[in-house]
Amino acid sequence: MYALSRPALVLLLLMAICLGLYPLIGDSYYIRLLTKIMVLGIFAMSLDLLIGFTGLISLGHAAFFGVASYAVAWYIVKAGVTSLLLILPTAVGVSAACALVIGWLSIRTAGIYFIMITLAFAQMLHAFFKDQKYWGGTDGFNFYDKPKLAFGDTVVLDLSNRLTLYYFTFVLLLSAFIFLVVLLRSPFGRAIQGVKVNEGRMRAMGYNIRHLKLMSFIIAGSLAGVAGFLEATRTAYVNPELMSWHMSGNVMIMVILGGMGTLYGPLLGALALTLLGDNISSMWDHWLLIMGLFVIAVVMFLPEGIAGLIEKAADRFKRKPPPKEETEP
Amino acid sequence: MDTSYYLIQALNGIQYGFLLFLVASGLTLIFGIMGIINLAHGSFFMIGAYLCWWLTSLTGNLFLGILAGVPLAVVLGLLIERFGIVHLYKRDHLYQVLFTYGLILIFGEMRSILWGNEVQSVQIPEILSTAIPLTEVQSYPVYRLFISLVCMALAAMLYLVVQRTRLGMTIRAGASNREMVQALGLDIAKLFAIVFALGAALAAFAGMVAAPVQSVFPGMGDEILIVSLVVVVVGGVGSIKGAFLGAMLIGLADTFGAVFLPHGAGTVIYTVMAIVLLWRPQGLFGRA
Repeated sequence: MYALSRPALVLLLLMAICLGLYPLIGDSYYIRLLTKIMVLGIFAMSLDLLIGFTGLISLGHAAFFGVASYAVAWYIVKAGVTSLLLILPTAVGVSAACALVIGWLSIRTAGIYFIMITLAFAQMLHAFFKDQKYWGGTDGFNFYDKPKLAFGDTVVLDLSNRLTLYYFTFVLLLSAFIFLVVLLRSPFGRAIQGVKVNEGRMRAMGYNIRHLKLMSFIIAGSLAGVAGFLEATRTAYVNPELMSWHMSGNVMIMVILGGMGTLYGPLLGALALTLLGDNISSMWDHWLLIMGLFVIAVVMFLPEGIAGLIEKAADRFKRKPPPKEETEP
Repeated sequence: MDTSYYLIQALNGIQYGFLLFLVASGLTLIFGIMGIINLAHGSFFMIGAYLCWWLTSLTGNLFLGILAGVPLAVVLGLLIERFGIVHLYKRDHLYQVLFTYGLILIFGEMRSILWGNEVQSVQIPEILSTAIPLTEVQSYPVYRLFISLVCMALAAMLYLVVQRTRLGMTIRAGASNREMVQALGLDIAKLFAIVFALGAALAAFAGMVAAPVQSVFPGMGDEILIVSLVVVVVGGVGSIKGAFLGAMLIGLADTFGAVFLPHGAGTVIYTVMAIVLLWRPQGLFGRA
């Protein structure tokens, strides 16, 4: 059953406290940067549900992130609606609906086909938004209003306020994390983890594998939609690149760098990668070269990610010998 | 619009299909035989195009550019296989995806450092820069026919090599049962290196001959990679025959999509893919 190790719990609690208190002392640049990191953190966690827990390697996860962003832009630019109560559920609903269709088609396949098909479907949406003048084509949209929660004339939550957005994102991140922990400990969560470990055995036990995978795909897509909603709200800008395969690739790097199948790892991955990108991109135009080398180094030397390092360090701290590796007979 | 217009579009579709086949056949061989998902495959197409532009402007002749470029692509392919891909054979697909994604970033930035980010164009050599008149108003450029013919010749050669030679026999054996090939004492490391370099060379060559038609630009590798992945999925992973039929189908669908649906052209090939997969999840010639 999914359980957080004690060092992970301590780390998470510390992270949550720091994130909660930071705006009291922090400057606006880092408040913005942290908002971005939290948004990407939700996105990366949602992909971890697929890659790390269900064993579905999706290379098109940005599709759901992107369509939710476009839903926000549509409401604000085309319909002139800023009500949070309308925009957020629609954005997530659109992502869920896309995940249902794409998932239903993709889950018929497995392995490399699944990777390629999810990639191709995301590209299909990317091409669609790029081709359509109505959706702003390659340039996308800028918009100037942001979603608000208001009753009559009293505005309760105004996401154009930097701090409101920060705490709104923070609360959604916490909720998403708790939701995923509860989900993973539920019978459904145990079943999908069983599918990852041994699909054949789960089928033999009478589970409907396709149904389990599809549900997981839809949940992950909806959560990516939450992140997409926040991303569009944060930047007040959408363009087709939000669902490009570079976006899918980047979020996959976050999951692997942080440590897949740990839930908190992807958060660390989002943090590390964003800070890294933020620092080297300001120093060198060709920073993607360093990023590329970095990705390769992670694959070669850190396959279990940062979370793996933390767990190992914690084991050593407790002076417990690491589990013996199985040797060939 | 009369029939000759559609004929021209069909010829364009076939020409695009041949280019796609050169790229997709390498992709599908590398997966089928080596078990490697190589997202950096499109980068070889881009590198080919840039090499062609660079060498052509140095030598002043497209044919010299291509002649000098292909060996460079082979060497690059061998180096990447020996120092990079070789570590991935026993790893999960996930890590192959990430590793080759990292390679894309590196190739892209190296290109940007060496050759810049501008869109470049390559002159069509004079003997091929004429056009064949079809009707009084329409004609078909000779260079496009040249691409189709050269690619056809290469496709035929590839078919003969795979079907009729000892190397081809090993390749086919490797595709259907890698462990068995290894157990028979054939040098699997050498085979993998050859297949990877061959794939890289085919993709780079496609980029070279395409350069004068579609111009040379930074994102061209990504574009062709995604379409080639669609071709491979439609045709069935690991099947050369599938790659060929898939390439023709997707090449024609893309070209005619642009004719009939100018505002939704980008999605046509993905729709074709979705239909094929609904019908046969393993692709047209894939094994279940």
